[in-house]
Amino acid sequence: MLLDAQGVTKAYAGVQALRHVSFDLRPGEVHALVGENGAGKSTLIKIMTGAVQADSGALSVSGQRVAHMTPALARALGIAAIYQQPALFPDLTVAENIALALEQGGGWSRIDWPRRRRHAAGLLQRVGAAIDPDRLGDSLSMPEQQIVEIAKAIGADAKVVIMDEPTAALTDREVDSLFAVIARLREGGAGVVYISHRLEEVFTLADRITVLRDGETIATEPASAFTRQSLIAMMIGRELSAVFPKRPVPLGEVALEVRHMRNRAAGLRDISFSVRRGEILGLAGLVGSGRTQLAETLFGLTPKDDGEIRRDGRVVAIDSPAAAIAAGIAYVPEDRRQHGVVLDMSVTSNASLASLPQVSRYGLIDRGAERRAAQGHVARLRIKTASIDSEVGTLSGGNQQKVALARWLSASPAVLILDEPTQGVDVGSKAEIHELMQQLAERGLAIVMISSELPEILGMSDRVAVMHAGAIRAILNRDEATPARVMALALAESDGDATAPS
Amino acid sequence: MGMQRHRREVSVAIAIALFSAVLAAAAPAFFAAENLLDLFLANLPVVIIALGMTIVILTGEIDISVGSIFAICGVAAGVLAKAGVPLPLVAAGACVIGACLGGLNAALVARARIPSIVATLATMVALREGLRWLTQGAWIQDLPANFQWLGLTQAGYPVAVAAVAILLAAAGAWILGHLPAGRAVYAIGSNRDAARLAGLRVPAIAASAFVLLGTLTGLAALLNAVRFNQIPSNAGLGLELKVIAAVVVGGTSITGGRGSIAGTVLGVALLGMIGPALTFLGVSAYWERAIQGAIILTAVAIDAFRVRPPSHAAAVAAARA
Repeated sequence: MLLDAQGVTKAYAGVQALRHVSFDLRPGEVHALVGENGAGKSTLIKIMTGAVQADSGALSVSGQRVAHMTPALARALGIAAIYQQPALFPDLTVAENIALALEQGGGWSRIDWPRRRRHAAGLLQRVGAAIDPDRLGDSLSMPEQQIVEIAKAIGADAKVVIMDEPTAALTDREVDSLFAVIARLREGGAGVVYISHRLEEVFTLADRITVLRDGETIATEPASAFTRQSLIAMMIGRELSAVFPKRPVPLGEVALEVRHMRNRAAGLRDISFSVRRGEILGLAGLVGSGRTQLAETLFGLTPKDDGEIRRDGRVVAIDSPAAAIAAGIAYVPEDRRQHGVVLDMSVTSNASLASLPQVSRYGLIDRGAERRAAQGHVARLRIKTASIDSEVGTLSGGNQQKVALARWLSASPAVLILDEPTQGVDVGSKAEIHELMQQLAERGLAIVMISSELPEILGMSDRVAVMHAGAIRAILNRDEATPARVMALALAESDGDATAPS
Repeated sequence: MGMQRHRREVSVAIAIALFSAVLAAAAPAFFAAENLLDLFLANLPVVIIALGMTIVILTGEIDISVGSIFAICGVAAGVLAKAGVPLPLVAAGACVIGACLGGLNAALVARARIPSIVATLATMVALREGLRWLTQGAWIQDLPANFQWLGLTQAGYPVAVAAVAILLAAAGAWILGHLPAGRAVYAIGSNRDAARLAGLRVPAIAASAFVLLGTLTGLAALLNAVRFNQIPSNAGLGLELKVIAAVVVGGTSITGGRGSIAGTVLGVALLGMIGPALTFLGVSAYWERAIQGAIILTAVAIDAFRVRPPSHAAAVAAARA
C-alpha cells in the first residue's frame, strides 16, 4: 500500500469537513475520488499532503505510520500534488520553478545553472511537452503551467501523485497527453489519486473509485462496479432531510430578463433567462461553471459584451455596481469577509452603506434614522450582536451574512442576487436566512440564488437554472428538478440516458 | 462610539498632558505666550496639510509629494503677489495650483492606477526639480507690503489663521462624520472591494481626497509664505514626513479605514512640541528626532498589535477551500 488513511476526521471552526474517512492507494493504480462541491475531497488531499492536520485518524505512507504530516515530509516521502490552479512562481523561469521544488541543498550552495536547465528540459521531454525551460512562469498558458507541475512531480520521483481537476483548463489534445503521462506514471509503479468532475475521464482512467459525500466515505469499489447513474446517485444520494420554509408565492411581473448576454472575459456564452417578482431562481452548477461570473456581470462588475438586460421590461445599461444598484439590482457576494461586509465598520455603518442617500437629509447622514434602520434590521433578521455600534468583524459568520443582507434590504432592490448565501454558516442561521429569503419573495422581490448545495437549490427554488461551462444548460421547473437531473446537467452528461433532459 | 473607539486620541492627549506637566515643573518658560505662538505658527502648515493627509490615508492611499506642492504654491503666491494681483486672488491662485497638482496625483492613482506611493514619489521629485529649474534656485524677494501677514497686523494674523485652522479641522471632522462622502472614505479604506460592491464610486472618492489635499497644501503654503519677507524655492523639504508622522501618531491606520481628525490634530501637537520642549529642558536638540522616531514606532507597533488575531479568518478561509 503506497498510502493509507484510516478514520480521518477533520472539522474547521465547528464545521465538520470529514468524518471517519478512509482512503488507500496501491502501486500502479489510478484511484479516483469523486463527490459534489464541498464533499470533502480538497480537505482529504490537504491532509494527505500535510497542508492541514487531521483532528484524528491514522495516515501511513508505504507502510510507515506518519504521526505528523507536513508539506516538507510529504515531499520527502514522495507525495506530489497537482492542483487545479497551478502554483508556479510567476517571476522565475520554468527551470528555476522545477529546481526550487526538487533541488536539495542549503541557501548557500552554488547553483549549477546548466545542470538545472538540462534537468528541466529532460523532465519536460518525459512529459512530452515542448516548453522552453528559460520561459518565465507567468508567460505560460494554464495548461503549460499544469504540465510544468506534472514535470515537477515526475522529477521528484513521486510515488503518490495527487491530481485535483487537472483537466479543467486543458484542451482535448492536452488531455490526451496528460493521460499518456498518467499511463507512464502508473507503469513506473506510482499511484495516482485522480479527482475530477468529468465522469468520462474517471471511467477511462480509474481502477478504483471512492465516493465522498458530506465528509463521509460512501463507497470504495473497483470502477467496473459503478455505472454513471449509480455513481451520480451515490454522489447526491442524501435525502432532502432539511426542511425548507418554501411556501407558494403568487408570481408577479417579470422583474429581470436577460437576453443573449455574453461576456467573453468572464467566459459566459449566450445567457438568457428571466425572473419574476416573488420568484426564487436557483442557479446550480459546479464550481467554475460560471455562476458567480453571471452574477458579477449582472451587477456590473465585469460588464457584458453583448445581449441585453431588462428590468421591468426596460433595457438597462449596467456598466458598474452603482448603475446596477440604480436599476434596483442588489448582489450579496460569496466571500463575505472579502467582499460583503466592511469588518472594521459598525453594524450600523455596514447596514447603511448601500443606502446612504435614503438615510440622508439635505445631503447629511441622519444619524438617528440610520440607527433606527439598523435597530430594525437587527431585530427583524435576529442579528446577534452586542450592539449596533459593534464592529462587524466581531460577529459570527452567520451574523455577518445577515448584516450583508441587511445592507441590501435598506436599499430596497427589486432583484436580489445571492451568491452562496449560507456557505460556512451554522445550521440555525441557515434556517433563518432561508426564512428571510422566503419573506423577501413574499414581499415581491425577484431572487436569484447561487448555491453549491443541492438541497438548498431544490428546497428554495421555484425554478432551477443549471449552468455548465459558462452557459445555462437547462431551466427546470420545481417539479422537474430532481437531484439526479440537476447533477447530471451540471456534470454535462449528454448521452441520452434517463437522467438527461428531454 | 465610546472610549474604545477613541482610545488613540485619549492616549495621545494623555501623553501631551504628561509632557506638559513635566514642562510646567521643569521649564515653565515653555508656556510663555510668545513661545506658544511661535510653536503654533511653525506647525500651522503641518496641521492644515495633515487634515487633508488624514483623509487621503483613510482611503488607503498616501501622498508624499505635499512638500514639493507646498514649495510650488508658496513660490507661485509670491510671484502673483509681486505681479500686483490682489491678495484674495493670490490666495485663490495658490489653492487652485495646489488643487491642480493634487489632481495630477489623483489622475495617476485613480485613472492610471499607479500605486499612490510610487505615483507621488514621482511627482514629488519631478515637481521639486521642475521648480528648481524654473527658479534657478532663486528666492522670491521684495514682496509687496500688503502681502506680509495677509495685510493684517502682526498681532491680527495669528488670530485669523487660528480661526481658519479651527474652521478647517471642524469642517473635516464634520465631513467625515456626517456626509455620505465621509462614510465612503472609511469604507474604501477598510475594504475596497466591499465598498465597490456597495455601489460606492471608489476612484472618484479617492481622487477627490487627493485634490482636497492639494488645495489644503496650497492654502498652507500661502499662509506660511506671508510670515517671511522672502519665499525660498526649496521650502517644504521633509514636510511630507512630518505630516504623515503626525497623522499616524494620531491613530490613523496607515493602511486606511481607521482614524480621525481629532487624532491628527493631537498628533501634530505632540510631535510639534517635542523639539522646542527639549530645548527648554536643556536636552540636546539631537534627541528630537530620536524621540519623535520612538513615538512613531510606538504608534505603529500599537496598530500592529491591534490587528485582529488571524486564526479565525484563516479557519474560515480553510473551511471554504
